[in-house]
Amino acid sequence: MRASLRPSDPAASPAVERVNAELFTLTYGAIVRQLLTDYEEIDEVNKQLDTMGYNIGARLVDDFLAKANITKCTDFRETADVIAKVGFKMFLNVTATVANWSSDNMECSLILDDNPLVDFVELPETCQGLSYCNILCGVLRGALEMVSMRTEVKFVKDMLRGDDAFEIRLKLLEHVPEEYPYKNDE
Amino acid sequence: MSGATWEVAESCVDSLNMELVATYYKRLHPTKPELAARRIEAIGYQVGLQLAERYTRDRPRFSDHLESIKFICKDFWAEVFKKQVDNLKTNHKGVFVLQDNRFRWLTRISVDALPLAGAQNESAVAANAVRASQAAGQYLYFPCGLIRGALTNLGVPCGVSAEVTTLPACAFVVRIKV
Repeated sequence: MRASLRPSDPAASPAVERVNAELFTLTYGAIVRQLLTDYEEIDEVNKQLDTMGYNIGARLVDDFLAKANITKCTDFRETADVIAKVGFKMFLNVTATVANWSSDNMECSLILDDNPLVDFVELPETCQGLSYCNILCGVLRGALEMVSMRTEVKFVKDMLRGDDAFEIRLKLLEHVPEEYPYKNDE
Repeated sequence: MSGATWEVAESCVDSLNMELVATYYKRLHPTKPELAARRIEAIGYQVGLQLAERYTRDRPRFSDHLESIKFICKDFWAEVFKKQVDNLKTNHKGVFVLQDNRFRWLTRISVDALPLAGAQNESAVAANAVRASQAAGQYLYFPCGLIRGALTNLGVPCGVSAEVTTLPACAFVVRIKV
């Protein structure tokens, strides 16, 4: 375990409120179903889920940084570890495995064996192109962009499509330098 | 893994609700708020149907409408909103008012309220009530649908609307269809 992943001190980190996952899982499912009726193109639904995720991630990253009790990551490898071990654990109560690093350390996979979003879910024949959990890609992209990393995130394996795990491919495109001085009206 | 024991951070549910509202009001139907509201209510309805089915699977059938409504006020509310309804009123003609003095999903909404001191007090109170209900309004179609779905599943066809005067208090009005 890396230094930044030291066990969090309960006194220093405010407790994360938890709720039964049923409400979350069913709400997400109902949203996907409604989007499928609203859009004819499944690709549009994938895109919309990604956008929703991006907006959520951009907000959730503050929540994460406030409660996770972690220190600044020194490189992208460490960032991926924190996402897998601390981020997924805090929000979805699952842990991801980081694997398949590219030789330049710019690209890796987050692998999930299980995931609360897909509880009760089976994809019908007509939805084979649907990346059901695509919101997660957006969340990662949004959160990372808020901490100056522009990324490309997509599912390459999906248990709902018959794969043996969920595999999210995470690619660092560039570090975006922070812009300052900040302006009040932006 | 069974969904009955799995827990996620509450911020996941909150974020999803917020983003649902933003998606339908701002992106999908920016010029048709009524349509956005109907879609969000329909999503809530679907979830309510399914949740009520799961929460009642080990219980005997409810004997009448009042029993079903009481179940919503106590067990359903406790599961979803982490507390019970504070007050239940009825006119005995099919209208029920479920008053929650601290509705969980409104506790993190803030309003740019007017100060209540001075001679303008009464109008400030009224103006603040309008601001509060405007700020909360979009976020209440989902829970309205949720309650309507749950009651429908329990055999109580109804319409549900919400009223906010002071955040985070909220009253849900259930009108049973005859």
